[in-house]
Amino acid sequence: MYSQGLIGADGSTNETEEFLAAFQARIDAEEKIEPNDPMPAGYRRTLVRQIGQHAHSEIVGMLPEGNWNTRAPSLKRKAALLAKVQDEGGHGLYLYSAAETLGVSREQMTEELISGKAKYSSIFNYPTLNWADMGAVGWLVDGAAIMNQIALCRCSYGPYARAMIRVCAEESFHQRQGYEIMLTMCNGTKAQKDMAQDALNRLWWPALMMFGPHDGDSAHSEQSMKWKIKRFSNDALRNKFINATVPQAEFLGLTIPDPDLNWDDTLNNGAGGYVHGPIDWDEFWRVVNGDGVMNRERLAARKRAHDDGAWVREAALAHAEKRAARMAAE
Amino acid sequence: MSLYQAVLELADDHLILSHRLSEWCGHGPMLEEDLALSNMALDLLGSARTLFSYAAVLEGKNRSEDDLAYLRSEREYFNCLLVERPNGDFSCTMLRQFYFAAFMEPFWQAALGSSDAVISGVAGKAVKEMAYHLRHAGEWVVRLGDGTDVSRAKMQAAINDLHPYWEELFTTQTANDALPDRAEIRTQWEASVKSVFVQAGLAFPDPVHAQQGGRIGEHGETLGHMLAPMQYLQRAHPGAVW
Repeated sequence: MYSQGLIGADGSTNETEEFLAAFQARIDAEEKIEPNDPMPAGYRRTLVRQIGQHAHSEIVGMLPEGNWNTRAPSLKRKAALLAKVQDEGGHGLYLYSAAETLGVSREQMTEELISGKAKYSSIFNYPTLNWADMGAVGWLVDGAAIMNQIALCRCSYGPYARAMIRVCAEESFHQRQGYEIMLTMCNGTKAQKDMAQDALNRLWWPALMMFGPHDGDSAHSEQSMKWKIKRFSNDALRNKFINATVPQAEFLGLTIPDPDLNWDDTLNNGAGGYVHGPIDWDEFWRVVNGDGVMNRERLAARKRAHDDGAWVREAALAHAEKRAARMAAE
Repeated sequence: MSLYQAVLELADDHLILSHRLSEWCGHGPMLEEDLALSNMALDLLGSARTLFSYAAVLEGKNRSEDDLAYLRSEREYFNCLLVERPNGDFSCTMLRQFYFAAFMEPFWQAALGSSDAVISGVAGKAVKEMAYHLRHAGEWVVRLGDGTDVSRAKMQAAINDLHPYWEELFTTQTANDALPDRAEIRTQWEASVKSVFVQAGLAFPDPVHAQQGGRIGEHGETLGHMLAPMQYLQRAHPGAVW
């Protein structure tokens, strides 16, 4: 989802050659860039966009799983699901805070999300239709997110890299928990196993799309790689994800919904690797640009929460001011 | 009557209120409150699970926590009506939480000395959680009561809406020596509410007819709509393991 974070990023910058060279030297020396350090405007803008979109993905990502909070099939699953969705909210909070260190407010970022100006990961515009989706989201969506986020733990911007370390620990737990739901269902009744296959069928391709466009079509990747905001290409991470995930699907006894998927011995310096069939990029861009099944409902839900909560936030502020005035008067 | 029935009442109160709070997840008025509402839901769910497991042991029919939560009908649930009340707006949710915590905190305090090891064990954990719920929800009652004209009007409306429901907290069908006497908690509950309402500048309305029935399984229409989605997977796939 974080490669998608670069969609719409503007890395253009107009500092002097000396300034840019000095900055690049720090990046090349693997120094972390901290909030008060000098940095090119394009670097700041790219990070604001990427971290903001990452934060929005966490917050919007609460909705498809939250869709099952009231329907979890056991008390144990109910507790785990609620805790997981709450973790995603916590990730959003760290990320908004990391973005704030670059001089943008949470209020501004929220406005951009609600107005549709800022994006979030396309995966969350797909619906969650059966309980196995709670397994598949953890296994595939969090699994794909981890591939990106492990790399982001080494991002050149310090606050983002540090936020990612904690986020990765939690995501890794979510991924295993999701897989355990899949395993339980695949060892269960035929109806449960059918649900598991159905979830995989619907979420496999959208999960691959989370890594963003093919390298040749990824407009902002090159500058981000040079600044070490991004460490690996979209295709490299996508392939790593596929190679890790296919054997896991086989262990579950599930079929990857890609008839063209095949093993190529010559890849990865002779270690071999999977080659996947064609990704439907028309679908990807359609969903990114607002026409997925759930785009409108996701944004409407965020807007409703924001609008319905306005009086609460105003009241908290008014009370704090009154209290301060009363204390000053005493 | 039996300890089983008394523990079930408690478990039902916790599960139903937890479920209500979980409906907020992803829709809170601010991110911090979204996290806090989920936290409180998880606290209540944790206590509910221990209490259901204990109820199942006391019942002795080889049922599990999930059998008790997912395979009983509306008429077999014994929660008080307060906890099943719909969330309403944020003021209503926070007031309901405040009323509940203002009861449960002293209840668990008293239960710390219970002769029953499971009850005193649950109390040891829950008393700290309820102290937090009481503080957090109480602070919101004050903020909203003392905030803007809009928030004060909403909070006063929530007080009026929930007014028929708080008295049932002090009732039980099943007084049992292992648990504190619910009626005796009333003085502390009233003191907590009065203190917060004074700080908030809110008025406690004149008495109205107290609605009751939860303890004998006679609920409002709202409970069935909550149990239907909650129980549907267990009901649709009998015996399946999840």
